[in-house]
Amino acid sequence: MSSSAAARPAFAGGGAGGGGSLAATPALRSPSLVEQVAAIARRSVVRTFRQRALLVFPLVFPLILFAINGSALGAARKIHGFPPVSYRDFALAVPFIQGALFVAVSAGTDLARDIQSGFFDRLALTPLRGSALLAGQLGGAVVVACVQSLVYLLVGIATGVGIASGFGGALVLLALSILIAFGFAGLGALIALRLGTGEAVQGFFPLLFVTVFLSSSSLPRNLIKTDWFKEVATYNPVSYLIEGIRSLIITGWDGQALALGFGFALLLSVLTLGFAGAAMKNRLVRT
Amino acid sequence: MRRFVFVARAVAWRSVHNALANPAILLPSLIFPLFFLAAFAGGLSRVGDVPNFDYKPGYTAFQYAFVFLQSAAFGGVFTGFAIARDFDSGFARRLLLTAPRRSGIIAGYALGALVRWLLTAVVITIAALIAGMDVAGNGIELVGIVGLGIGMNLVAALWACGVAMFLRTEQAGALIQMPVFIVLFLAPVYVPLKLLSGWIHSVARFNPATAALEAARGLLAGSPVKVLLAFGLLVAGAAVFSVWARRGLASAERAG
Amino acid sequence: MSARDAAIEVEGLVREFKKGPRAVDGIDLAVQPGEIYGFLGPNGAGKSTTVLMLTTLLPPTSGCARVGGYDIVKDGAHVRASIGAALQEAALDAILTGREHLKLQATLQGMPKAEREQRGQELLERVGLTEAADRRVGGYSGGMKRRLDLALALVHSPRILFLDEPTTGLDLQSRTALWEEVARLAREEGMTVFLTTQYLEEADALADRVGIIDHGHIVAEGTPMQLKDEVGNPTVEVVPADVSDCDKFTTAVASFGTTARGERGAVTVQLPGGESQLAEIVRVLDQAQLKVASLQLHQPSLDDVFLAKTGRKLEGAGGEDDEQ
Repeated sequence: MSSSAAARPAFAGGGAGGGGSLAATPALRSPSLVEQVAAIARRSVVRTFRQRALLVFPLVFPLILFAINGSALGAARKIHGFPPVSYRDFALAVPFIQGALFVAVSAGTDLARDIQSGFFDRLALTPLRGSALLAGQLGGAVVVACVQSLVYLLVGIATGVGIASGFGGALVLLALSILIAFGFAGLGALIALRLGTGEAVQGFFPLLFVTVFLSSSSLPRNLIKTDWFKEVATYNPVSYLIEGIRSLIITGWDGQALALGFGFALLLSVLTLGFAGAAMKNRLVRT
Repeated sequence: MRRFVFVARAVAWRSVHNALANPAILLPSLIFPLFFLAAFAGGLSRVGDVPNFDYKPGYTAFQYAFVFLQSAAFGGVFTGFAIARDFDSGFARRLLLTAPRRSGIIAGYALGALVRWLLTAVVITIAALIAGMDVAGNGIELVGIVGLGIGMNLVAALWACGVAMFLRTEQAGALIQMPVFIVLFLAPVYVPLKLLSGWIHSVARFNPATAALEAARGLLAGSPVKVLLAFGLLVAGAAVFSVWARRGLASAERAG
Repeated sequence: MSARDAAIEVEGLVREFKKGPRAVDGIDLAVQPGEIYGFLGPNGAGKSTTVLMLTTLLPPTSGCARVGGYDIVKDGAHVRASIGAALQEAALDAILTGREHLKLQATLQGMPKAEREQRGQELLERVGLTEAADRRVGGYSGGMKRRLDLALALVHSPRILFLDEPTTGLDLQSRTALWEEVARLAREEGMTVFLTTQYLEEADALADRVGIIDHGHIVAEGTPMQLKDEVGNPTVEVVPADVSDCDKFTTAVASFGTTARGERGAVTVQLPGGESQLAEIVRVLDQAQLKVASLQLHQPSLDDVFLAKTGRKLEGAGGEDDEQ
């Protein structure tokens, strides 16, 4: 293969167009923020729906636990002071939170994989804004959370769970569940951006799992007998997320529970989004 | 026979050494059972107040028995993960090439799983005793509980070994773990069998894990129940899954 | 050639990492529009770090550079609009198809919707991936991934292309195909190509000019012909029959010219006096009763240029990975 300089266009300074000169650079073309977010979100959703295990497992596992615990702890409703509902009604709130954990891990792992593979650098070479990349990833996670939440709700209803707050309450329940998933997805993204590997994100999963256990997921807080456990559950924000959702299922419209549930979900979202945004700035190094 | 023992010992040594030298492998197998003990015995202790819940040693002991057997089962499962990792890294091929008696490899992995689990068993037992667990069983009965744990560990390890050898990839993890998880949780985890109702009662009645769990609880309470049945089922399980693991090994040998 | 007209101008560029040596230690270079510039060096020499800085993904510690007429620090966005880059890893999403990659890239580059599909199809045809376009990238071969990588770098019709070790790990056929495409881009479209490589034959075959980098410094620069002429001397490579005799061999031939050690105990010596010194070398080795496994005469190559400038052979010279 000849690399003779004579075969190439002469090095010319400022020739008009064509070979061998620096033709006028195209003006900066930047897609709108909405377009950027939509492109990234679309990719995120496509990736999730093409990896069946990523979709099926987070749907099936919480429902299996719901089926088992809903039945195995059925006798718990005989505890003095337990709400006057079946244990299954009481337990339905938990899959929404477990689903949110899976969304967190999935969102974080996706981002970490992009960082590790160098795809992140490819994106950095385009006009894509860091905020759009983050919003797009989280947007994709929200779409998945919508599907999950709807499935949990419909399965719950199909197995005989009554929604005390009615159709309107079911919609509010979905909204709260999606907001919670959004907040957890932000947490997943934050871990990915700070630590940069999928292993680190997945290493956090057991920790998140533990926080769900150390809450009022299995019994109402006032019925937890062990003092230290009750204390932990009282200070654990996950308790209020669960209780917010649960109130819509077994109580109806409980203003305090909803305020705390939405409040903590919003706080989680704001905090994780804020920190993730800062981490994105550090990670998306471009001059 | 000598070569079998030699191979088994070498594989077991490696398994134990890797776990002890690598906190990332050792700690989860210690921490998770402790966590389950705290969550179930601590968080659900009120369940012991359900009418007709008449387990004399108390709810901590009730849950200790489950966590004890669960940790044994998951000790076996983690061994399956290690085998799958060995296939992914290529080390398993090296083992198959070098070992003069390949069935010793299975025995070695199972032995390694047992040794690692015994460490976990000591830790959670100490934790339960510190938490005030009441033990009514005598020395022989307590040995019986350990025997049940060993049986559970062996059955799970052989199951996991077979799956890992058939599939030969770390992605087999979920397939190894989920059936064990489901079988355990379809036993009377939170309340005795007689307090279960509905479909789960029907399933738990016939679940082999139920016999092991009730036997362990009975031994702990000093009132043995279903002990022969439990050991019989574990021996049968070990026999069945030995064949399963051996078939898995043959599949791995054929794949080269 | 005036620096003012250069597509890429670099002056005193430095990149230091915390707790490490300077990966790039004050390099100067200028690449003219339409030129293929080969940046040759062993692993750890600073090639990829240089590329990361010039593509605005890593800020320099000091020094300055202009790419496409824009300052890499102050006008990063304009630089990125002017360039395409295929970096060291073919960074692709295994779950998406080739066509989806191109569509995503076109969207993010701000291409109007009506043009995206057409541009994608055009590039797929150009790199020979039409049949595989709707298959997931996870099933592509290494060569196909590299071709897609190149296509993605060309989506927005940049004038300057950065290729960081584009043929590493590829088979001969894929490598040759990529060379042909790069040469065509420069020849027919006047694209400026900044190509890093550790393969001598790649720099020799493709580059109009070559800059040889070692430990963060440019040690030689010129056309391949100029560089080889500079060295001018043939070299002799002697492989001892007994590797433990390596030191004795080195001592025996040291009087002829600069020596260097290679793989398997081979000793290389430059012959400033030309090929005629070969007979004398054989006599010296014979007199010293040193047994030879093989003896080869080489005409100058870029590796010899590297040897002359650094005292080491290029192949096997790299130790550490590029710091990123």
